[in-house]
Amino acid sequence: MQLTVLLVVLLALTVMGYHMGRSRAVAVAGNGVRLHSVPTYHGLYVAVWAGLPAFLLFALWAALQGSVALHLALSGLPADLTNVSEQAMSLLKADILNLAHGVSTGREPHPAILAAARHYNELMALGHWSLLAVGSIVAVGGLWIARSQISVSLRARNRFERVVSVALVLCSLVAILTTIGIVMSLLLEAIRFFARVSPLEFLLGLHWSPQTAMRADQVGSSGEFGAVPLFVGTLLITVIAMAVAVPVGLMSAIYMSEYAPAKVRAAAKPVLEILAGIPTVVYGFFAALTMAPFVRTIGQGLGLGVSSESALAAGFVMGVMIIPFVSSLSDDVINAVPQALRDGSYGLGATKSETIRQVVLPAALPGIVGAVMLAASRAIGETMIVTMAAGLSANLTANPLNAVTTVTTQIATLLVGDQEFNSPKTLSAFGLGLVLFVVTLSLNMIALRVVQKYREKYD
Amino acid sequence: MTDLAQESPIVTSRYQSDAFAARLRRRYAAERRFKLAGMAAVGFSLLMLAVLLGSIVVQGLPAFLQTQIRLEVNFDPAVLDPSGKRDRQELAQANYQLLVRNALQSVFPDVTERGDRRKLSDLVSSGVAFHLRDRVMDDPAVVGTRQSLWVIAADDVDQIVKGASPRDVVETERRINDRQLAWLDVLEANGALRTTFNWTLFTAGDSREPELAGLQGSIVGSLLTLIITMVLAVPVGVAAAVYLEEFAPKNRWTDLIEVNISNLAAVPSIVYGLLGLAVFLNLFGMPRSAPVVGGVVMSLMTLPIIIIASRAALKAVPPSIREAALGVGASRLQMVIHHVLPLAMPGILTGTIIGMAHALGETAPLLMIGMVAFIVDVPAGFLDSATVLPVQIYMWADSPERAFTERTSAAILILLAFLIAMNAVAVYLRKKFERRW
Repeated sequence: MQLTVLLVVLLALTVMGYHMGRSRAVAVAGNGVRLHSVPTYHGLYVAVWAGLPAFLLFALWAALQGSVALHLALSGLPADLTNVSEQAMSLLKADILNLAHGVSTGREPHPAILAAARHYNELMALGHWSLLAVGSIVAVGGLWIARSQISVSLRARNRFERVVSVALVLCSLVAILTTIGIVMSLLLEAIRFFARVSPLEFLLGLHWSPQTAMRADQVGSSGEFGAVPLFVGTLLITVIAMAVAVPVGLMSAIYMSEYAPAKVRAAAKPVLEILAGIPTVVYGFFAALTMAPFVRTIGQGLGLGVSSESALAAGFVMGVMIIPFVSSLSDDVINAVPQALRDGSYGLGATKSETIRQVVLPAALPGIVGAVMLAASRAIGETMIVTMAAGLSANLTANPLNAVTTVTTQIATLLVGDQEFNSPKTLSAFGLGLVLFVVTLSLNMIALRVVQKYREKYD
Repeated sequence: MTDLAQESPIVTSRYQSDAFAARLRRRYAAERRFKLAGMAAVGFSLLMLAVLLGSIVVQGLPAFLQTQIRLEVNFDPAVLDPSGKRDRQELAQANYQLLVRNALQSVFPDVTERGDRRKLSDLVSSGVAFHLRDRVMDDPAVVGTRQSLWVIAADDVDQIVKGASPRDVVETERRINDRQLAWLDVLEANGALRTTFNWTLFTAGDSREPELAGLQGSIVGSLLTLIITMVLAVPVGVAAAVYLEEFAPKNRWTDLIEVNISNLAAVPSIVYGLLGLAVFLNLFGMPRSAPVVGGVVMSLMTLPIIIIASRAALKAVPPSIREAALGVGASRLQMVIHHVLPLAMPGILTGTIIGMAHALGETAPLLMIGMVAFIVDVPAGFLDSATVLPVQIYMWADSPERAFTERTSAAILILLAFLIAMNAVAVYLRKKFERRW
């Protein structure tokens, strides 16, 4: 509540700062002197001074206040309640927060904890009110300082532009921060996982059953984390997908760029692109409810035993999904092959298909390889189709008619729903995520390198 | 031909021999085959698209219709308000299921056996009782009256009436038995059975009962998530693109950022989900299942798309514009904000819309951050538990009831309609503002 009020106050002060700065600059310029900057920049300068420091303070305060208040509330508790294990401590914290937010914890709360929750609420309210006060003071102070600086020689535009360019740099750093965030979160959790399960067992083990029991005496209480069946399943589905997507995508690209009349190309290309725009969950639904029964019926007609969730159905649909990736990337590289090579081949009497097969394709090969690798990394990282259509049983098999499971499927199923975050079961998802990230990243890096090298050749 | 060749050896060039003709025929046949293979590839892709969309349209269209049954409901004061004081508490807790049962009983007075009576009341949805209660709570004056109401039929009845489940199979393979079918025929003959447009699909939240389940919750959830995504990703993405394209010096740092962005664009979406789970939920303690977390994760995911599209749009603005602006004394920032950005805006907008469409259709990362919960209420704010349209599709696709299959397809149609609308806007903008320099 106070936070919303403060945001509104800050916004109002910023707008006010702009107008005050501007009118002040106009007044200064009124007696015929030339300002260094246009009055608008003076206004913007004052607005930045009014809004920015207060807003930064606001963000910092709002982020830290909760944990500080919780810490203070905990320190008020008697020692016998706080001298407990880490796990009990986090439970205690959750209890305090729940009580403070008026959520029932399901049992009669300890009076001291109740008091701590009340204390926490008081601290939060106090914090919010003082933030409102301090924030407003900072904003008004900033406004006042900046306004008093306004003079004929103030380089308001240069100062304002410096703030903007810093903001631009910060925005472009978000990409780096994201990467760091991904790497750190995967790495830290994966390290915690590998502290319990050895990396060798994870990468080379042949049995995957991540179910860990609640009690020690339960059957299968250990949980097995050999990820090879997942890698094989992922590979199998990717191979099936590529077996569909590469021939079809490549031949479409060749037809579109070498044979198709302009009208056909103009009509068919956007339609093909639609395949890439359909959400993956739709493909998953199609694979699970239309393709899988179809494959099963055909398989039974041929006398083959097909499981109801077959790798073939999922892989086939995934192949259809990545056709446009292969075709549009190949289209680009085929178009980049210089016409002179084709003309030379025609001049020697080659037919069109001979030219394509013996001249254009070899010349475009590195680019096509790059395109195929990009498509493969796409297939490896795809989640929804396999989650919905490929099943969960970790079979170590190369038979496309069996059900297999993939790395992404396991990540999705391990982490859906409320999970205890410290069990190897949930942590294993981060181990799998790390493998997935490394594999797709290296495929991409290599592919980009290959494509780039190839482009330089003809530029 | 060979005779001729023997008579005048001069005419016999290797280009007229039989072997040559055969070779040429073979080469031309290979040429035709190759071209046909190309056409077949394009045809296959188009066919798959048609099969995909066709199967979903065929499965999904029936879900827009809903079977209703007309009941003569007697709002019996003896049931609803035994004390006669019109006490709201008492009215709210009354046995409305009994009203439904009585109403059905009055149509089929000969049904007396207990099991049969239950089968009879199974014809209408279990949500009807709540509907009747809402009616009474809105206007307690209806107590004591008789009203003719169209109520929602149960999903199994709905499937039979719409022909989605066959009638002519053995009784044990149907979820509706022979007696119930006979009752339905009677109702139909009385004109007490109709199919209308399924408004519930748009006005209700999720439900375990297919006939009561709707998409409003997930559509609102998608909207909230998309708003956060847009608010975060668009300014940051455009600013990053402007910096990299217009200001950044060519050095190792900017190279690193560029490589980084192109790699981020290819990171599997589920990895962003892991990032969201580890950083935003566990480290920052943000709420599970909330659109705000979903939006933050989605904005990180769409950021590379927006940056790449915006950079392409900025690159397309000719350098002469920049030189002219600088020439008349503009600062670099003024040049960008007053001249380059407005000219690049259509391209940036198009890229942004395509990135948003991508975010709208994405499912996997949201599974990680708990947006996959069963949530009945329509979310009212960015911190409420919510789910989004693609996740709703994923959850419904998992439900065993037949009626959910057609509703899943209908949900897909609605999702595709949103995507088509967004892409149409993008294409329109591109067509309208496209400039060739």
